[in-house]
Amino acid sequence: MNEKTMTVEEAQHFEQILREESICTNENLVFEVPDTLTDNTMHYCPGCGHGVAHRIIAEVIDELDIQKDTIGVAPVGCSVLAYNYLNIDMSGAAHGRAAAVATGIKRVLPDKYVFSYQGDGDLAAIGTGETIHTCNRGENILIIFINNGIYGMTGGQMAPTTLVGMKSTTSPFGRDVETMGAPLKITELIAQLPGTYYVTRTAVNSPNNVRKAKAAIKKSFEYQKLNKGLCFVEIVTNCPSNWKMTPLESNKWLEENMLPFYPLGDIKKPSN
Amino acid sequence: MAKVKGDIIIDIEKCKGCELCATACPQDSLELSRKINSKGYHYIVKIEDNCTGCTNCALVCPDGIIKVYRKTEKKKEHVATIQNVTGDITVTVNS
Ligand SMILES: Cc1ncc(C[n+]2csc(CCOP(=O)(O)OP(=O)(O)O)c2C)c(N)n1
Ligand code: SF4
Ligand code: SF4
Ligand code: SF4
Ligand SMILES: [Mg+2]
Repeated sequence: MNEKTMTVEEAQHFEQILREESICTNENLVFEVPDTLTDNTMHYCPGCGHGVAHRIIAEVIDELDIQKDTIGVAPVGCSVLAYNYLNIDMSGAAHGRAAAVATGIKRVLPDKYVFSYQGDGDLAAIGTGETIHTCNRGENILIIFINNGIYGMTGGQMAPTTLVGMKSTTSPFGRDVETMGAPLKITELIAQLPGTYYVTRTAVNSPNNVRKAKAAIKKSFEYQKLNKGLCFVEIVTNCPSNWKMTPLESNKWLEENMLPFYPLGDIKKPSN
Repeated sequence: MAKVKGDIIIDIEKCKGCELCATACPQDSLELSRKINSKGYHYIVKIEDNCTGCTNCALVCPDGIIKVYRKTEKKKEHVATIQNVTGDITVTVNS
């Protein structure tokens, strides 16, 4: 024991240190922004699921340490500028053709990890042909399918995935099955094809769902390394702006309306 | 019992005030500030000192701007209580 005399100021300072010892130091860091995500501010609307989807892709690339070996293909849609946020080699593709472009890249550079990132308008409307045939050929790539049930970029037109009764600028009274057809579950459809290896549906509306979506992307890249064939990860997301809701309302609506119709979980599990 | 203490750092300039983090926080530690950033968005601030470092807020943040810290603190020995100090005081420190 040793005795020390302090002035009032020193004592108060000492007390403050005892109270406010910051824990924000590197050894206590448990969640950091992934390196593969650039510092650019994303152009997405507040609360948009595209941002979470980008971040988990970046986290997986960091964890697998494959930043130099990964090539992404961006679609036409709100995520057309994905290459501004993912610090990897990326290519653009004409609307709907991302799976075809990814096929070409993978065939020329088979050692690279190749994925396409596509919205529902891109993948399930204008790109239906490329999507189905790429899946049917069993190309050894990953397709990430962002299903927000609407054409986000162009101002909220009806998509093949728009729910029955859901209003959009081209279904102002709600989607009517008789005239507009039923919502297309393209993920279930491509799961039927022998070329697909792993097909799953995830979401990013809650912390747990974010963890599962990330795990599915990670698994898909691991399968790709083993040349297992086509992996398809759907991510059900929101579009607060065109659903005309706040971000919080949109996530609630997603849970109550999108997820019952698009149930989460594996649709085709690898056999081994 | 060991106590878990957490803290977060938010890049408020990039925050869009969507409040998804605040809703995901089991501790109700987060709230929109009355102030705005240079983009004009109300940004998120920590209003309580009860964060456990669970990472929920960072997982759901669409803009990837939250860093989370967590520390399991060993129960601290009582070091000193300083109250109503009016003059010089003497503190005994274990060494
Ligand atoms: C050949 C062609 N046709 C139409 C368009 C207009 N267009 C741009 S994005 C888009 C749909 C986007 O919807 P989605 O793929 O669901 O992406 P989101 O914005 O919802 O993420 C359309 C029709 C285009 N750019 N090119
Ligand atoms: S329009 Fe919809 S999908 Fe596009 S950035 Fe805004 S919220 Fe996201
Ligand atoms: S880490 Fe957990 S407790 Fe801390 S602010 Fe984020 S959600 Fe709340
Ligand atoms: S989730 Fe991110 S962008 Fe949204 S309010 Fe919280 S910190 Fe800001
Ligand atoms: Mg869409």
